[in-house]
Amino acid sequence: MDTERVDQIIDKHHGEASSLIQVLLDIQSENHWLPKEALERVSQRLQVPQARIQHIATFYKAFSLVPKGRYEIHICMGTACHVRGAQRILDTVQELTGIKPGETDLDLKFSLQTVNCLGCCALGPVMEIDGKTHGKMGTSQTADVLKSYD
Amino acid sequence: MSDVTLQIDGKEVSAREGMTILEVAQREGITIPTLCHHEKLEPFGGCRLCTVEVDDRGWTSYVASCVYPVKKNIAVKTRSEKVDRIRKTIIELLLAHAPDAFELQKLAEEYGADRDRFEKQASFCIHCGLCVRYCDEVKKAHAIGFVDRGIRKEISFIPEIAAQVCWDCKECFPLCPTEALQAAYVLTKALYPPKTEGDPKALGR
Repeated sequence: MDTERVDQIIDKHHGEASSLIQVLLDIQSENHWLPKEALERVSQRLQVPQARIQHIATFYKAFSLVPKGRYEIHICMGTACHVRGAQRILDTVQELTGIKPGETDLDLKFSLQTVNCLGCCALGPVMEIDGKTHGKMGTSQTADVLKSYD
Repeated sequence: MSDVTLQIDGKEVSAREGMTILEVAQREGITIPTLCHHEKLEPFGGCRLCTVEVDDRGWTSYVASCVYPVKKNIAVKTRSEKVDRIRKTIIELLLAHAPDAFELQKLAEEYGADRDRFEKQASFCIHCGLCVRYCDEVKKAHAIGFVDRGIRKEISFIPEIAAQVCWDCKECFPLCPTEALQAAYVLTKALYPPKTEGDPKALGR
C-alpha cells in the first residue's frame, strides 16, 4: 500500500487523531493487513505516538500486523457446528489450503481462522469466507466452495 | 476549591475537592501500599494494591484509593481484615508473574502472602504501567508502550525511537517494581542491531 493511498484515507477522516481506529480499519480492509510504513505515516499525520498505535493495533483482533490472504476463511467451532462436524470441515480446509488456523498461505490467497460462533447455528457447520456465509457444509461442498475462489 | 472533611483510620482530615484518598493519606503520613502510583503521573489504578474500605453513609465498598476522589463525610479504613485479605490475594497473583521481585517479597511478608499459591507464569512484568506512563507523560518520548491484551499483554519498545532516546535517558529503569523493564530493554537492543544489513523490514516489527 503506497503512502498516497494512506494519505487519502487519512484525509477522508479529516486527519483527526480521534479517527485513528477508523483510519486503521480502512487500511486493514483495503490492504488486509497493516504494514509498518503505513502505521508510521498514520502516526505522523494524526500526531499519535507509534507506541499508542501499536497498542491499539495489537489489542483488537480486527487488525493484523502480518500479511493476510486475499480471502479470510472463518470456520465456526461453536457447539452447534462442532456437533455437526466442524472438525471435518476444518480438516478439509487445512488439507486443501495447506495452512493451519492463524496462518496464511505463501501466495497470500487464503488466511484461516477458527471462530467460536457466527450466530447462525441452524446453518451449521458454517464456514465464512470474506463475510459470505456458507452453511450446512459437507467435505465435498467445502472443496467446491474453496475452488470457486481464486 | 471547597474543602471536604473525611475520616481516615479514625482521624478527621480535610482535603481539597478532587484529591484522591491516596493523596490525602500520604499527606497525613498514613501508608497505603501501591505499586503503580507515581506523584508525577496521572493515577492509573492498575495494581489495585491500594484498595481501602470506604464507608459512605453506612454503605461499605472496596475501592482503589489512588483513583477514588475524596467525598464529604466518608470514613476510610486503610487496614481491615477484608482489605488485608484482598491485598494478600493481589500480591499472590502478582508473585506468579514476578516471584523474585524485592518489593513484592517485602509486601508478601507483611501480608502473609504465599509465594507459591498460584502457578508461576514468570513474565517479570506486573503491568503497573509506570515505565509506559512515565515515558508518555513526563518524557513525552513515547518510546515504550503496551502491546497485545489480556494474558498476553506486555511492554514493548518502539525500536526506532528507543535507539535514539533511551540510551541517554533510562529514567524508567528505577521506576520498575520488578526490574522487568531492564530485561525488555536489553532484549530490544539485541533485536535491533545498529547495523542495517539486509531487508530493513526484517528489523524491528
